[in-house]
Amino acid sequence: MSRHRIVRGMDYNDEYDGYTDVYGHSVDDDCVSPTDQQWLYDRARGQHSMSAFIRKNKGIQEEAEDGAHNEDDEDEAFRKARRDSESFQMPQLDEMAQAKLSSCVDEVRSVVGDSVSERHIVETSMRFDYDIQKILDEILNDETNQKEKEKQRPTKLKVSATATTATSKPNTTPKPTPTKITLAAVKEAKRGFEIASPKAPASPVVSGRNTPVDIGVGGDEAGRGAMAIFKVSKDQANRNTQQLYQLERSEQKSHIHMIVIGHVDAGKSTLMGHMLYDTGNVSQRVMHKHEQESKKLGKQSFMYAWVLDETGEERARGITMDVGQSRIETKSKIVTLLDAPGHKDFIPNMISGATQADVALLVVDATRGEFESGFELGGQTREHAILVRSLGVNQLGVVINKLDTVGWSQERFKEIVHKLKSFLKQAGFKESDVSFTPCSGLTGENLAKAAQEPSLKAWYDGPHLLDVIEHFKVPERSIDRPLRMSVSDIYKGTGSGFCISGRIETGVMCLNDKVLVGASREQAQVKSLVMDELTQTSVFAGDQISVTLAGVDISNVTVGCIICDPQMPIPVTTRFQCRIIVFNVKVPITMGYPVLLHHQSLIEPAVVCKLTASIHKSTGEVVKKKPRCLGNNSCALVEVETSRPICIERYADFKELGRIMLRVAGVTIAAGMVTKIR
Amino acid sequence: MKLLGKYVDKGMQGNVTLMPEESEDMWHAYNLIAEGDSVRSTTIRKVQNETATGSSTSSRVRTTLTIAVESIDFDTQACVLRLKGRNIEENQYVKMGAYHTLDLELNRKFELRKPEWDTIALERIEMACDPTQSADVAAVVMQEGLANVCLITASMTLVRSKIEVSIPRKRKGNVQQHEKGLAKFYEQVMQSILRHVNFDVVKCVLIASPGFVRDQFYDYMFQQAVKMDYKVLLDNKSRFMLVHASSGFKHSLKEVLQDPAVVAKMSDTKAAGEVKVLEQFYMMLQCEPTKAFYGKKHVLAAAEAQSIEILLISDNLFRCQDIHLRKEYVNLVESVRDAGGEVKIFSSMHISGEQLAQLTGVAAILRFPMPELEDSDDDDDEDGAAGGDNSDSD
Repeated sequence: MSRHRIVRGMDYNDEYDGYTDVYGHSVDDDCVSPTDQQWLYDRARGQHSMSAFIRKNKGIQEEAEDGAHNEDDEDEAFRKARRDSESFQMPQLDEMAQAKLSSCVDEVRSVVGDSVSERHIVETSMRFDYDIQKILDEILNDETNQKEKEKQRPTKLKVSATATTATSKPNTTPKPTPTKITLAAVKEAKRGFEIASPKAPASPVVSGRNTPVDIGVGGDEAGRGAMAIFKVSKDQANRNTQQLYQLERSEQKSHIHMIVIGHVDAGKSTLMGHMLYDTGNVSQRVMHKHEQESKKLGKQSFMYAWVLDETGEERARGITMDVGQSRIETKSKIVTLLDAPGHKDFIPNMISGATQADVALLVVDATRGEFESGFELGGQTREHAILVRSLGVNQLGVVINKLDTVGWSQERFKEIVHKLKSFLKQAGFKESDVSFTPCSGLTGENLAKAAQEPSLKAWYDGPHLLDVIEHFKVPERSIDRPLRMSVSDIYKGTGSGFCISGRIETGVMCLNDKVLVGASREQAQVKSLVMDELTQTSVFAGDQISVTLAGVDISNVTVGCIICDPQMPIPVTTRFQCRIIVFNVKVPITMGYPVLLHHQSLIEPAVVCKLTASIHKSTGEVVKKKPRCLGNNSCALVEVETSRPICIERYADFKELGRIMLRVAGVTIAAGMVTKIR
Repeated sequence: MKLLGKYVDKGMQGNVTLMPEESEDMWHAYNLIAEGDSVRSTTIRKVQNETATGSSTSSRVRTTLTIAVESIDFDTQACVLRLKGRNIEENQYVKMGAYHTLDLELNRKFELRKPEWDTIALERIEMACDPTQSADVAAVVMQEGLANVCLITASMTLVRSKIEVSIPRKRKGNVQQHEKGLAKFYEQVMQSILRHVNFDVVKCVLIASPGFVRDQFYDYMFQQAVKMDYKVLLDNKSRFMLVHASSGFKHSLKEVLQDPAVVAKMSDTKAAGEVKVLEQFYMMLQCEPTKAFYGKKHVLAAAEAQSIEILLISDNLFRCQDIHLRKEYVNLVESVRDAGGEVKIFSSMHISGEQLAQLTGVAAILRFPMPELEDSDDDDDEDGAAGGDNSDSD
């Protein structure tokens, strides 16, 4: 039929896309880095068989990261884990040396704890011929000048890589059993459970480099192995994301998403409404209309809240029910405001809003009695603060609202600050990341302009609220990782098809890209991208966008599903292991406990099907294997099973998508991170 | 269920004649009949006749057959029980040893013969034949975009329909879509109530939701009922009850059944009772962990020490195929009763029973603390106690 094709108008680039994808590039084409070299099977290098190669690469160690609650360390550990997992492997040794090494490592671990990486210990011990004293000296000295070591790493890697190829030669038939046992022992000493260590040789697929790799390699990764490769255009496959980002965004203001949280009736919506009005985002005319209408209902104090509370139900009842969205521009930033509902019953909505936020504004009511009831007597102030912290928000602005009702009293301000400070520290916020601002949402004092009120000016000369927002740090965006977007809303757009709105968690999405949707992994094409009512050609991690998809049915897209890169799809599973921190619970968590799983915007019924181990909160050691139940404030490793398959990532791979929240009967009982996917 | 005849001798052998009257009775029958029992009932069988000339005709005849049960199927939605086995009493149509599948029907008696009747089975008959136990309640648990319409009978909770609609969120200047989506969702839920709730049987309809969804829905439903003249709804307006629940998932039925207003209305139903006992167990586990245990090993040890005050056991353990295993559980129940303890047999079709089945299926609240149980190493606690058959715990 070829003569029926319009050959003249044919785009050869398009036509041969498939060709290059199928045959790809041979590994010989490009220069391969030595770190990659060890993962590649190369007959020419004298590794005799594939099986020998696989055996050799068995012992992949990964550094588990430390405590969930210090973000900076976390980042550090995360980076370390990534590198170590890609490059470190246990050196091949004879039995004697192996045993010596493992006892050495145990010994060292008991002194230095988990702070030092496995490979570091192993290397040092080999250097000092297993002399404990010397090794310890060396390691402890090292810790002080860790920074310099970091730089030297790459050269070291090469050494170890070549060393292994050399040592592997005499052991053409190595004894796999002793090797295995030592490894297990080493791990036990380290942590007691494995965070993120795949059983079979890990493929570099999970590493998040944006190169097309055969996803069939990592056989044990749930779902990944069974996947066929989805073809994408060459453009999409070989995109240089950093360059694109520089090109598109370098001259724009940086984006930040801010969620406003707090107890019901703390004045969140009013505060934000007034802020929008003051910054000129709401026209005089609209404001006048709100004023008139709210007066009619006898609720004039709600006039600013109506800017964000738009549905009839919300206005009639005077409470926010779903997250309202709006945006303001400051001198250096574009800030998307997410106005969360404060009422207890709408916490699921608040969670889905908080998963999209980078920073948070905690609003508390300064009125006597109101603050106390919102903070102490089972109010939402506490729960909200803990929730946003568990969802990865680490910068918090505390707004002491309605100070006009207590006559701008400094004592009251100090009292509240004092109470909140100690609580927030407990919740895991660093003191330097928390600021306190007095203001009044209704009168507009200290919002967008510095304080005017004499009685406030008398004792307060700090920044006004807009200034506080201005000074939030913009978090790092993972632009060069594979695309992940979480869907938070589905609606009919103006044109044909339907719109999906959500946040790009990682990666880049461009017009005409092919993407996979949800757990069913249906393929779709991006037809249009809209951000803040402006069409875009490409959007980046951290953006809040709506996208129109073609080639997928509306019934297959649900709120909470994940849109991902076809070449590195997200794992789909019904069962995964996670490390949880149990909050205050009325009844203990046992096996078979039914919970609601919150993951991004997804809410799914799930069952805690196995309590693997309860672990020590700070050190991460196993306190008890298979505990009978988990009580208040404990930390544990559990397995969770959902009834339907869901898209989820390990925390070690994608921090953004590895956080979960467990709720029962309207109370958050635990927060956690995914450590293993079945 | 009607008990028409019971002949059980001292050796616990014998037969029982029963007549199921409502769909719930099928569930009881499913729990009664085990593999290896023989069941006699009237059935329809296709019979082939060969005439002298060699031509064959087939006809369907109603006949009474006795089969030795080999496999049991229960459809939870339609409440149909299907028994497959070999014929053990020859008659003019069916040879010995020929396979037949009996469909137990409502209002047709069947005779069940067991090689050994145990207390659990006899109790089950008693319970099934108790007419006071039947109190049907319908419950709608909902949240924005999700609703479950359930029927709660004495021993079963059936999800009649699950409605999932994605409702667009509110967004700047586009509230209509949200409100339209909501109205559509309410319409679907209302239609589902009209279709699935039989107001002749159902005494009370619980509408449970977080926030104001239930109020909104209630208002919408009766506005529509007046407009469209839905007589059924208007006549039964007093039977609707609004209750708080934390979400629209099936789990939250548990909260609904714990609501004081609901408890007052249906205190004697099995479902509410079970929820209460399970809650009691969890409270004990929280306050005095050495007085609450679960898992076969721990509970058996506690039973040996005669320390069990309340034994919670899921009925799916008694449905297991392994006769020895079943016997073990029956002995456990009997020993607890002999020691003056209380035994609560949970229906695995209820929410709380489902949870108990996940929790190894057996749990106990003790009279006195037994810390030594906790210390005993529980390395291989995974004895698959819940491994009976979970086919029905959807």
